[in-house]
This record gives sequence, C-alpha cells and structure tokens, in this order.
Amino acid sequence: MTTRSEITRNGIWSNNVALVQLLGLCPLLAVTSTVINGLGLGIATMITLVLSNSIVSLIRGFVRSEVRLPVFVLIIASVVTIIELSMKAMFFDLYLVLGIFIPLIVTNCAIIGRAEGFASRNPLGPAALDGLMMGLGFLSVLVVLGGLREIIGFGTLFAHAELMFGDAAKALVIEINPDYPGFLLAVLPPGAFFGLALLIAAKNWFDLRPVAQHQDASAVSAETV
Amino acid sequence: MSSISRRQILMSGAFLWLFAVAGTTLVAVTEYSTSSAIAENERQLLLRNLYALLPRDKLDNDIATDTHQLAASTLLGTETETSVYRARQAGEPVAAVFNSIAPNGYSGRIHLLVGVYVDGSLAGVRVVKHAETPGLGDAVELRKSPWIKSFDGKSLDNPQTSGWAVKRDGGDFDQFTGATISPRAVVKAVHNTLLYYQQNADMIFDQ
Repeated sequence: MTTRSEITRNGIWSNNVALVQLLGLCPLLAVTSTVINGLGLGIATMITLVLSNSIVSLIRGFVRSEVRLPVFVLIIASVVTIIELSMKAMFFDLYLVLGIFIPLIVTNCAIIGRAEGFASRNPLGPAALDGLMMGLGFLSVLVVLGGLREIIGFGTLFAHAELMFGDAAKALVIEINPDYPGFLLAVLPPGAFFGLALLIAAKNWFDLRPVAQHQDASAVSAETV
Repeated sequence: MSSISRRQILMSGAFLWLFAVAGTTLVAVTEYSTSSAIAENERQLLLRNLYALLPRDKLDNDIATDTHQLAASTLLGTETETSVYRARQAGEPVAAVFNSIAPNGYSGRIHLLVGVYVDGSLAGVRVVKHAETPGLGDAVELRKSPWIKSFDGKSLDNPQTSGWAVKRDGGDFDQFTGATISPRAVVKAVHNTLLYYQQNADMIFDQ
C-alpha cells in the first residue's frame, strides 16, 4: 500500500513524469517556449490526469485485461475532448492561447502510463492523488523549462500573462533588458532539448549531492583521526 | 492466451462496445450543451477582429452576419469558398473585409483579414493565423511589431504597382532583420486582395 506522502514525493520528484520517466516529451518540447504556455498546458494535463486516473480506478473491477488498453484510450480521449469543449465554452480567451495544445495531451503517454501502472490497481483516493501529483510534477517542469527558454530566448518572463489571467496580469510581465536581442535557438525546438537536458542533469546532481557530501565528511574525519 | 473461449472474446467485445458508446455519448452531450456558447464566443472573437480594422462608428449593420460567400480565387489565395464581411452605414456600403491567404510564407500559409474601404483604400490588415519563425517572421503579428499597420490607408495607386514589394525587392515596404520571406508574402497577398476588390467591387456589395 502506497502512502500519501510516498505518492506525493513520487509524483513531484523521485518519479517525475518529465525528468525521470521521460514521458510526454512531445507536448513538453512543443509548448514550453514561454512560462504562460507551459503553465496552461500543465494545468490542462493535470486536470486530465486526475479525471482519467479517477475513472480508471472506479472501473478497475470490471475491465477485462485483454481490452483494458483500448478502454483507457477511449476514456482519455473522451476526457480530453470534453475538457477542450468546456474550455472553448467557458474560458474562450484561454482556449485561444492553449487550444492547439489541448489535443496534444492525448499524445502524452504519461497519462495512459499512470492509468495502467497505478490507477488500475488502486482505489479512487490514491489514484486521484497520484494523478494530481504526477500532474503537478509535470506542470512544474513545464513552467521551469518555459521560464528558462523565455529568459534566454526573449529576455522576458510571464509575457502574455494577460491572455490567461486578464488585463490586470499585464503588470506581471518582467522585461529583464529592453535591448536584449533575443536568442532564437532557445525558442526553437533544439532549445527545448538543451533546456530539458540541463534540468535533468540538475536534478540528478541534486539527488547525488548528499551522498558525495557524506563521503567527503567521512574522508575528512578519517584524515583527522 | 491460446485458450480464450469464444464467450470471453464476445464479453470483451461487448465491454469495449459499451465503453465506446458511453464515451461517445458523453462527448456528444457536452458538444450539444456547449455548442451555442462556443458559437457565441467565436462570433464575439470575429467581431473583435473586425472592429479592430473598422472603427465601430463607421458602420451600423451587423457585420458578422452581413456576409457573402466568395468562390475560391487565386488572388485571394483561397482554395475553398470564404466569407467576405460587409460594413454598411444607413444601407450604404462602407467597407469589405476579406479572408485572404498568403500561400508562400516561410512556414506555409499566412491567414489574413484585409479590410478595404469602398474607395479601394485599405482600412487595415491583420494576421489571424500563421506559423512563421518566432522572433523573426512573426513580426507580421500586431502584438509583436507595428509593421502590419504600414498598410493602413494604402491603395492600388498609393504606392504604384512597383512599390508593392519589400524594400529589398525595390518596393516601399520594410522587411524585418533576418526575415524577408514573411513580409514579402504578406505584401503580395494584400496587393492581390486589392486587385481582387478592384475586379469584383460591384458583386461584393450585392445582396
């Protein structure tokens, strides 16, 4: 039985969808040219993960194993389509920004991965929490990578925030240097690969660091002895 | 796996069928309950785009519904029927807004809204959809650069035909640093739209 804190830690850090499982790279690389794009796709992916995990968990007792994958695909496709239509009806301005990315969620293998690997074997509560935390982990990577590429590529941060949060959010836009010439490579797809590689390297460095410190400490104490 | 009975196969098939029906039903219900809100949102967006080209006080008709279907045309760059929106004041034609396409952008088609006053001068041009390079060719968008406003007030005589090109090609319109293809495509498409208007002006405002 997986505990809540374990599910949380797995989703956000130790089994992060983008940094460890390396799933969902197609939408990740395609949309992270700015923070706001990353945030939008992250939220939509998170909602999809929570809903699809919950539904899969609720029906896990009835699904015959031979047809479970087509059933999961059906569930995910329906959920994404319903999210897209609702967004178009209720949050049209946001839809205009994210609309083209929403269908990309279907191509995110992380969602079917969580349905098969976790939700189909766990009760509703943990399955929904797993969806939320995996989604949150994915969202954080999208936002950080978006920020990295936006700063290097355009020299701004939170550009076009008004499209998501209304005109008041225009104040959020940070222009680091008005004369910044821009760095196209960071905005184009190669920049996404470099950025993601840097983030993965940073995470691995952080995870391995305490071990190294510990070894240093023991080495020092050995010398002093 | 070799010993799956026919009964099991039928059961699985029925189960899958059940889910397909349930999923499709849910999507259909959502589609049905959101379609009017979506149509209204899209109408508002269209109005917002049209009013950006034509000041609201210059027209008094419902421009979003006063449309006319235009056959595909090489001058408009279209391959299917498109709508032209007609602005009128007190029943008199004021301007027409065309959906034009520049077919030869750097990354495919650039979709434009081109507003033309009755006298053949440009009310304005806006890019509605494109896939030009971010940071270079995307300066055709108003939120990236004011360049697209350089068309305001231009017509077939202003400048003369030779001036309807980017400066690198000897014309009157600026190109962008590092990007000539996108503005070249837009200039050509706008010029072609004006030619189309000149040849079809009578038909466009017909009821």
